[in-house]
Amino acid sequence: MSVQDQKEHFFDKPENVKRVLRGFYVICFILVIADFIVHRHIGFSWEKIPAFYAIYGFIACVVLVVLAKEMRKVVMRKEDYYDE
Amino acid sequence: MSELPPFIIYFIAALLVVATQGIVRKIIMLATPIVTAVYLWQNIDVGIIVTHSILNLDLTVLRTDKLSLLFAYLFCLASFIATIFALHVNDTKQHVAGLMYAGSALGAVFAGDLITLFIFWELLAISSVFLIWARGTERALNAGMRYLIFQVMSGVFLLAGSLVHYHNTGSLAFEHIGLETTAGWLILIAFGIKAAFPFLHSWLTDGYPEATVTGTVFLSAFTTKVAVYALARSFAGEEILVYIGVTMACFPIFFAVIENDLRKVLAYSLINQVGFMVTGVGIGTALALNGAVAHAFSDVIFKGLLFMTMGAVLYRAGNINGSDLGGLYKSMPKTTAFCIIGALSISAFPLFSGFVSKSMVMSALMVEDYGYLWLLMLFASAGVFHHAGIKIPYFAFFAHDSGLRPKEAPTNMLIAMGIAAALCIFIGVQPQYLYAMLPWEVDYWPYDATHVLAQLQLLFFSAFAFVWLNQRGMYPPELRSTNLDVEWFYRKLVPAGVRRVVILLGNAKEAAVSTAMAPMHSIRHSFSQSSIAKYHLAESWPTGSMVFWISLILAGYLLLDTFA
Repeated sequence: MSVQDQKEHFFDKPENVKRVLRGFYVICFILVIADFIVHRHIGFSWEKIPAFYAIYGFIACVVLVVLAKEMRKVVMRKEDYYDE
Repeated sequence: MSELPPFIIYFIAALLVVATQGIVRKIIMLATPIVTAVYLWQNIDVGIIVTHSILNLDLTVLRTDKLSLLFAYLFCLASFIATIFALHVNDTKQHVAGLMYAGSALGAVFAGDLITLFIFWELLAISSVFLIWARGTERALNAGMRYLIFQVMSGVFLLAGSLVHYHNTGSLAFEHIGLETTAGWLILIAFGIKAAFPFLHSWLTDGYPEATVTGTVFLSAFTTKVAVYALARSFAGEEILVYIGVTMACFPIFFAVIENDLRKVLAYSLINQVGFMVTGVGIGTALALNGAVAHAFSDVIFKGLLFMTMGAVLYRAGNINGSDLGGLYKSMPKTTAFCIIGALSISAFPLFSGFVSKSMVMSALMVEDYGYLWLLMLFASAGVFHHAGIKIPYFAFFAHDSGLRPKEAPTNMLIAMGIAAALCIFIGVQPQYLYAMLPWEVDYWPYDATHVLAQLQLLFFSAFAFVWLNQRGMYPPELRSTNLDVEWFYRKLVPAGVRRVVILLGNAKEAAVSTAMAPMHSIRHSFSQSSIAKYHLAESWPTGSMVFWISLILAGYLLLDTFA
């Protein structure tokens, strides 16, 4: 490896990763707080739930990943499955 | 006003590219989309109809309205960006295929009758398959063949439907067709194959990841978007399309989450995005149709951008499996930045292009009171962010350090990605220019507090789910694997069935032959034991000599016959 490759990159430092994540959590928190300040227009009744979009987005993705993981048990084969 | 259909410019350019080399060829390739766009701008207005009579058949090669013109400009733009991306490639066949493919797409959107549409429909298939075959691997050859079979089948359905339609109505006009007749259904299946409807989609996820680095960028732009255009023209407001579209938006995201080949992840997310367009066409209101068309416009650019960034990674690192990549931001920072812009656009982040177009379809669903479908589409929106918005950049450029330090992408690739990225942001920040081009009159503005807040919450908490799952070790790792999809039926089940039948028939034949030959053997045996067996003529001759003598006799007959 050349000298340039030895260079420390931004995410090589764990504290930088922590810093970015902390900023991310703060934004998430602000977005939930904003839901109580900004008056959202309501199209469907379920949108009245406080922070509906935040809750829905989180649950949707967890469900997606959990189901996809289960799906692997059924559909996953070796990389050269079709080449045999 | 002009009579010359714009696809001619592309086809002539394809011929010139065969005849030229080096810098001249590059100039021709780059000039083609620009010249065509200027030609459209200067000479082609809304409302032109040019018809040629060939063999008693009236072929309308040019029919213009705002819908066809929007797609024509889009295709010029897409081919311009893809050409820059492919400029370093020194492969005549790919350049010719790219130009013919883009030209065919232009021909299809300007087609005014179903026969002209059919001709360009098939040209799209034939020209594009070379972009897969050009990869040169055995996998690519096979995948290309399967791709071609699907595409040609789509053409067969289109032709059959057109003929039935002509029989019913006496017209071949490529206008609203609807689903009241068999003809309508046949044509819908034809369009559905090219639009990658569920169960008809596997050509896309099978073929696109096997194409060349630059070929996939072309492929992602044209075929499915021509299909969306055709659906918008012929089946706007058919409710079944809403359900098909929602299915398309939802099911691929599961496959995308567990897929390892990152270009295949993008292929699945392409189906997911086309799902939003098909839904918009199905709703059929002005807002929904505008949304479908606008989303096609932004999708061509951001999906092209994402395929370009993954193409650049494949080109430099020689690999595109999530399991083998990671940490590439260290040596490919520009490609990383462009990828993130594409990811934010496809995820419909406010200020990026996906936001201003996808939200029209979502609003149309709300206006028409499709409550549960709207929830499913919201699920699909969160899912897009999850697999295309986070997974693609994360596993390619960040995640664990793979130790790979590939060089930054070549300059021409960076320019192409830069243009696409700039357009993603421009459309997102200044959507009024895109809206002004839309075919239907609608007063819509995506930026209000409700909408921005809702979308930000959805996306940030989708990302939060990713972070949470990752930190708890619950996120499925990238694994070297193949995931079974619809193609299993024709790549495994049918071949296995055929092989079984062949083996069964082979065994049956052997058994029959040996049963029939048993008495013959005993007769031969008793003959050889008999006293006449010792004479010369009774000896068995090789069949070869018999064939020789018979051919000699036949040749004699032939000579006699010729000279008699």
